[in-house]
Amino acid sequence: MRIVCPFCGERELGEFTYLGDAKSARPAAGASEDEVFDYVYMRDNVAGPMSEYWYHGGGCRAWLKVARNTLTHEISSVEPAAGVGAKQAAR
Amino acid sequence: MTSSQPYRLVSGGLIDRAAPLGFRFDGKSFAGFQGDTLASALIANGVKLVGRSFKYHRPRGILTAGSEEPNALVELRSGARREPNTKATTAELYDGLEAASQNRWPSLRHDLMAVNQLFAPIFVAGFYYKTFMWPARFWEAVYEPAIRRAAGLGRAAGVADPDHYDKAWAHCDVLIAGSGPAGLAAALAAGRGGARVILCEEDFALGGRLLADGGMIDGAPAAEWITRTLAELAALPDVRIMTRTTLFGVYDGGTYGALERVNDHLLSPPEHQVRQRLWRIVAKRCVVAAGAIERPIVFAGNDTPGVMMASAMRTYVARYAVTPAKRIALFTNNEDGWRTVETALGAGLQIAAVIDARPDVSAERRALAAKAGFAVLNGSVSGVEGGKDGVRKIAVSLTGGARAEVEADGLAVSGGWNPAVGLTSYHRGRPKWQDDIAAFVPDGAPPGMVAVGAANGAFGLGDCLRQGFAAGAAAAQSAGRSGNAGTSPTADEEAFSLTPLWHVAGKGKAFVDYQHDVTASDIELAQREGFESVEHLKRYTTLGMATDQGKTSNVAGLAIMAALSGKSIPETGTTIYRPPYVPVAIGAFAGHHRDENFHATRLTPSHHWAAEQGAVFVDTGLWKRAQWYPRAGEKDWLESVTREVKAVRSGVGFCDVSTLGKIDVHGPDAGAFLDRVYINTFSNLAVGKARYGLMLREDGIVYDDGTTSRLAEDHYFLTTTTAKAGLVMQHLEFCRQVLFPEFDVQLTSVSDQWAQFSIAGPSARELLKQVVDESEDLSNEGFPFMGAREVALHGGIRARLFRISFSGEMAFEISVPARYGDALVRNLMLAGKPFGVTPYGTEALGVMRIEKGHVAGPELNGTTTAADLGLGKMMSTKKDFIGRVMAGREALVAPDRQVVVGIKPVDKTRRLRSGAHIIPKGETPGPDNDQGYVTSVCFSPVLDQWIGLGLVERGRERIGEIVHAHDPLRGEDYDVELCSPVFYDPDGGRQRG
Repeated sequence: MRIVCPFCGERELGEFTYLGDAKSARPAAGASEDEVFDYVYMRDNVAGPMSEYWYHGGGCRAWLKVARNTLTHEISSVEPAAGVGAKQAAR
Repeated sequence: MTSSQPYRLVSGGLIDRAAPLGFRFDGKSFAGFQGDTLASALIANGVKLVGRSFKYHRPRGILTAGSEEPNALVELRSGARREPNTKATTAELYDGLEAASQNRWPSLRHDLMAVNQLFAPIFVAGFYYKTFMWPARFWEAVYEPAIRRAAGLGRAAGVADPDHYDKAWAHCDVLIAGSGPAGLAAALAAGRGGARVILCEEDFALGGRLLADGGMIDGAPAAEWITRTLAELAALPDVRIMTRTTLFGVYDGGTYGALERVNDHLLSPPEHQVRQRLWRIVAKRCVVAAGAIERPIVFAGNDTPGVMMASAMRTYVARYAVTPAKRIALFTNNEDGWRTVETALGAGLQIAAVIDARPDVSAERRALAAKAGFAVLNGSVSGVEGGKDGVRKIAVSLTGGARAEVEADGLAVSGGWNPAVGLTSYHRGRPKWQDDIAAFVPDGAPPGMVAVGAANGAFGLGDCLRQGFAAGAAAAQSAGRSGNAGTSPTADEEAFSLTPLWHVAGKGKAFVDYQHDVTASDIELAQREGFESVEHLKRYTTLGMATDQGKTSNVAGLAIMAALSGKSIPETGTTIYRPPYVPVAIGAFAGHHRDENFHATRLTPSHHWAAEQGAVFVDTGLWKRAQWYPRAGEKDWLESVTREVKAVRSGVGFCDVSTLGKIDVHGPDAGAFLDRVYINTFSNLAVGKARYGLMLREDGIVYDDGTTSRLAEDHYFLTTTTAKAGLVMQHLEFCRQVLFPEFDVQLTSVSDQWAQFSIAGPSARELLKQVVDESEDLSNEGFPFMGAREVALHGGIRARLFRISFSGEMAFEISVPARYGDALVRNLMLAGKPFGVTPYGTEALGVMRIEKGHVAGPELNGTTTAADLGLGKMMSTKKDFIGRVMAGREALVAPDRQVVVGIKPVDKTRRLRSGAHIIPKGETPGPDNDQGYVTSVCFSPVLDQWIGLGLVERGRERIGEIVHAHDPLRGEDYDVELCSPVFYDPDGGRQRG
């Protein structure tokens, strides 16, 4: 498999580490135990298009949001995670 | 030399008669020529019997002339280079080649295991499952060893492979598999179009079937066209042709696996060269011109030596100028088989008869038969008379019911051709059935791939050229190359007529899968017993599961199953195709990553100095760390380690701790960010101070620990454990980039940039003064416990100094740029002489941390909470942090959890062992009353006895209780006392002093 890193270009699978589901967001502080439980443990086992986190540890160390079809391994988009770049949200 | 090769034709063939080669088979000397394979050279010498079959030990000969060979498997080479199950049909002959037949004892001609044939009824499909079910304990002791002796293939060398293997990457626009007419035409078109082309050919010669079948291309003989085409391809700047290279797998994203047999054709690889090279080729487009495989017809005795695929027979005659038989019969169900007759007659060989299953043999063929004086029989071969010396007589069932006999010493068989659909099907693609050729053809292909020519079911030469050329031109274009491909080479069209025929009924064993000894009756049995699905058929009979992966047998097997179950062949379907297309040695996958190069090795900055001191090293992940420094006269490790500990506790010692992960955290939000990743607070840490921090996973379990210092308002220096250095970096990047993108913070891994040493002991400050600039205040007031700041060393080198202690003594950790690590350690030794400075290794480090009750890897084991470690109070209740909510789950805060506690044997002379289970005193050990276990142990020089840490149920409430240590692994049982985990200096006066 090959992933087009938005910073480094097309690179081979071995440079990346898989994390998993990129759909669920970490609950805000004060969330209930059930909400956090769902975030930590409940995962869809998707057969088809899925949004996933991949880490380009063998390159620029960016966390990437990869849209991948788990049946065909076809990758339709790769985006950097929100906090990758130097640009930061206003505090 | 030809005189010694009685079956060598006097002229012709693509062999170099000026280059004779000597070789040995089963200890006997033979001769062949450059350009031979082992198979062709054996045929030249009249060797028909080359092996014994897997189960029945039937005598077997050479069936094919290519990588689909199921029979002629040999042990090639000797000693450490012995390579079992090597196909004689693809092994290139070289001078000095040694090969031995397999699966026979005591000899190939007199194989005692051939008695297995008498027991054939018990060796039928599924016999393992039925026969050896009971008693169960007999399986390992009796059945398996016996079966392994009797059934099987070649023997592995049993010693390390002396050769080197390489791995390489290649990138191209157009990758082409196969150099037959379709492949060469594709290369021509793609190359002319300006594409970067790689063409892989399994054979050592280029041309595919053209090498044996010839033909006319663009009005010239095929051989001339090949020469011309290769010259043109060689002149193109970006066309690379790789012979002896098999494309064996198709992976995602246009990645292909190829094995290049760089030096398999030599006795041994030349110095500094590899035997094989594993290629990963990334291609925008791939043209599969892998050809087709001729398929046998299943009839009784079809495995007799001398029965050979028709195309293989003419390959041996035309390409290698050898005669597999003097008097050849042909059994065919299609027009293509007749080419063998033409080739044989052209070489002056005798044709005994042609048995053609088709009712409508053309007048042209009949005229040829009449002219050459052989009969054309309309019918099928129903049996073969012969044995280990080859075919003698062939029984024929004529259409209409009559019988006939043909005397011949060779039988060429053609049941039609199966396109090589492996590469196109490796992404779980299922090929589709094509009626006119009665074969499966690719039905689509992985993205970017297209099949052409015979691999696509187009068997005519004209079709192959046209399809290959068109695909090559289109591939170049879609890869963005716009050169002019010119015009396609052309050849006359050829008709392909075939009447499907899979199995001829008859008496005697009729083999479907030669390599695994699967017969037609095994398939019948499988069908009777309900194993009708092809996937069941495969696993029950082992059809197609041998090293040849059923290249000659799968389609025939499922055709027979289709007939038995009353379904069509396409309804019956195929099994899933999986790479590799041919067996690939593990050595090739490993490449240079073996022995000491199995993984990268990381050396600490003081490594070379430590090696000079005679340090004993231990592997810690990729690192080599000094474990202890033995001195002359010390009788074992324990004596050295005890000395090192005592030296530190009474004077001063130092230890390289550079392997800790080190991360610089910069930015205005650095403190707020660390508050989120640690359970305790770092935003309120004063500049110039260090603090111990603990991280959880989001599920509430402890992830990692370490000391983090604040060097400036917006700059923290974070350390991790050695084991988790990379993972913590990845985790922090995830937190920064994904979870908390609102923070203005940057992370930099500086693990390799800093050499870090712990300097510990009552004299630590005095030693440090010898290397730190006089202007720096190191007094307890000026630089108290948990201080952290930059200092200047003598000579002006800037260092980071931390007043932290893992040993419990007054201690400092000093970081210098990694390039000064070696100099610093040598300086410490020099300057420390008056103080008796002692280098210590990871063992002494471990002893001192256990004496102090500090937790480490064995306690941070992925199941413990902060409270389990006695660090529950560190958890802030005023902020959000990773793992906060889940850490509060009922089971993680249950009062009966196993928590860290100190453990010491009641008998002070007894050695405590980690792994021993803790059982309440007086109870019989068992899973129900198992209350935990010993995690870390050491011999404590301070207490003069073995001590340890353990995870014990309610441990902290049970201090002073005597419990039982049960160690079934070592057969030990003894009483231990639960105690405080801090064995040494409990109030911490020494480290603060």
